[in-house]
Amino acid sequence: MAQSGRREPAPAGDICAHRRCTLGYSFRDATLIPHLALPHPGRTAVRMNATSGHHVLPVSRLGDLFSALRSAGWNLAGPRIRDGAIVYDELETAADLPAGWTDEQAPGKYGLKKRGDGALFGYVVGPHSWKKYLFPPTVRMWSATKTADGMEVEVPQPAAPPTAFIGVRACELAAIAVQDKVFLGSGFVDPVYKARRDNIFLVAVNCGQAGGTCFCSSMNTGPKARGGFDIALTEILEDGHRFLLESGSERGERLVALLAAPAASDADRSAADAAVARAVSMMGRTMETSGVKELLQRNYEHPRWDHVAARCLACTNCTMVCPTCFCSTVEDVPNLSLDRSDHVRTWDSCFTSDFSYIHGGSVRPSVKSRYRQWMVHKLSTWHDQFASSGCVGCGRCITWCPTGIDITEEVREIRASDGANT
Amino acid sequence: METRADAGVLAPEFLRVTGRRKELADTWTLELEPRAEFPFRPGQFNMVYVFGFGEVAISISGDPAAPGKLVHTVRAVGKLTTALCASKAGAQLGIRGPFGTSWPVDEAAGGDVVLVAGGLGLAPLRPAVYRILAEREKFGRVTLLYGARSPETVLYRAELRRWARAGIDVRVTVDAADARWRGNVGVVTRLIDQAAVTAGATAAFVCGPEIMMRFAVSSLTQRGIPTDRISVSMERNMKCAVGFCGHCQYGPEFICRDGPVFPFRRIEHLFRIREL
Ligand code: SF4
Ligand code: SF4
Repeated sequence: MAQSGRREPAPAGDICAHRRCTLGYSFRDATLIPHLALPHPGRTAVRMNATSGHHVLPVSRLGDLFSALRSAGWNLAGPRIRDGAIVYDELETAADLPAGWTDEQAPGKYGLKKRGDGALFGYVVGPHSWKKYLFPPTVRMWSATKTADGMEVEVPQPAAPPTAFIGVRACELAAIAVQDKVFLGSGFVDPVYKARRDNIFLVAVNCGQAGGTCFCSSMNTGPKARGGFDIALTEILEDGHRFLLESGSERGERLVALLAAPAASDADRSAADAAVARAVSMMGRTMETSGVKELLQRNYEHPRWDHVAARCLACTNCTMVCPTCFCSTVEDVPNLSLDRSDHVRTWDSCFTSDFSYIHGGSVRPSVKSRYRQWMVHKLSTWHDQFASSGCVGCGRCITWCPTGIDITEEVREIRASDGANT
Repeated sequence: METRADAGVLAPEFLRVTGRRKELADTWTLELEPRAEFPFRPGQFNMVYVFGFGEVAISISGDPAAPGKLVHTVRAVGKLTTALCASKAGAQLGIRGPFGTSWPVDEAAGGDVVLVAGGLGLAPLRPAVYRILAEREKFGRVTLLYGARSPETVLYRAELRRWARAGIDVRVTVDAADARWRGNVGVVTRLIDQAAVTAGATAAFVCGPEIMMRFAVSSLTQRGIPTDRISVSMERNMKCAVGFCGHCQYGPEFICRDGPVFPFRRIEHLFRIREL
């Protein structure tokens, strides 16, 4: 996987005055070029000392933000409609956004609908998450080649096309922070994740509405982005379609400055606050999280696991759509002449019986034990492993479960009969 | 915990096989020659890669005092391990490691040690035996209780005799045998009752199938050995050995990183749960 050289910034003639620019870029570019962006691995937003003022950008000028990012060398990825769903894919211009569309979500149900206004971010999260960019579904980790005097290992330079993520929701920023802990912060560093993570620019969008399966308020992750972004937008539809801009990093601040957007008024700010408040009031699901870690670990034998097992198809959908699920497997793919074998990593799921296969059998032969593994991990043992919840409340697993199994309902049921035993 | 960001964490280094010995009908011991010394602690494991097949976690069964040689004892159970066992001298295998926690041998000094092994579980314990024998005088009574399926599947037979001469109380039992076998028949826990296992400053290292470890631990605790003085080695499917792939999760533990060797007290509450 060769790195795409497309839109790489060219060194400018004048030497950069910025102390962090060592490559001779112009001052203007140095604030934006991807590969200079990160002083620390896995930390995108350089925290700013003072809160910068908010700015306001009319919808007609959103394209300027896109152009500024592109001319600074970033590829753009964001929401667009494909096959009846809003997914994350490459964006060329702001016109690619799903203008005027919204999504309707319920357990096991997803559909798109016209909104009747021109909102560009008037929906919540779809089946994709940003993990497909940071933790690719399939990646060649290394290859072994037979040579005259033995074997040789080739480790590819991890591909990390500089990418600006457009429209990252608060729950998704939280999910990225969760995967940062898994791949960067627990003793070993995954070179694939790190290379990609170091090369992104995060444009967050604060939710102005919530979906039928959302419960970020319960998980304390949204609907307003509180950090970890470069720029956060809030879409305001009333009294002039516009965006409130907030920067969360130095380079975000410089990009906002480049746009020369006027300072936000009190009216802009309160309209943005109202949008977020509306999302809070629309939250389709709730989960009581107090003591959930202990609750689940003392209820491994609860009869509810049989109840959910009777509905779960072990299809793996919930793990594929979950923005924090990180399990993978590897496959060795030899070439036809058998002198080279690629070691390929792909997403895996704890819902397959193969997942725990050892010595001629599966450790978790029953679907009951696999659902239990997944849910107890998400909400409980994740805390032991990574000092955070493994669930950010995005609701994807509820929406995309073919039988509509609802993690919030499962917790509620176990809590209601805490200590019951099969 | 140290942070390792080098690509080598996920990519193997190829080493040459220098020796291959048949231990049992389906079990072989392979010796590899590391480029530099390969230090490891007893109980740790490597990811061993066979060209075109993939990687498998295998405990290191050699002598930690001889890091110029890397030793693995492998049973051929699937395609990958069959290919691994078929690796002749001169063949190259990919190695990543060593990974994981180790038997607390040094902490056991000054007291008695009981090692309880079932089947191939003797292999991960062998480095601990070597380590104890290297400084035998530092330990009190050392007992090795080993259960195999049949007389034909008794691993490291010649060494067991050597260890007995070197000051270890070695006792072997088999599940079933014909009349020619004059040793013990029965489960390994019976040996715990036979042997002079006493509480006090005794440390126990237990390795084998989970069901065997369950019974062994319960016999040992009946003898008064507290569960934080009993170590067990756990086994799960593993793809990465560094906590990324998720396969080896055991409740809150990653076997690859938090294990494979655990003080039993730490996982006692998990041991009771089926299909965890
Ligand atoms: S468990 Fe479900 S709700 Fe929680 S983060 Fe994963 S997909 Fe979203
Ligand atoms: S909970 Fe639903 S989505 Fe997840 S494996 Fe079971 S049936 Fe599939």
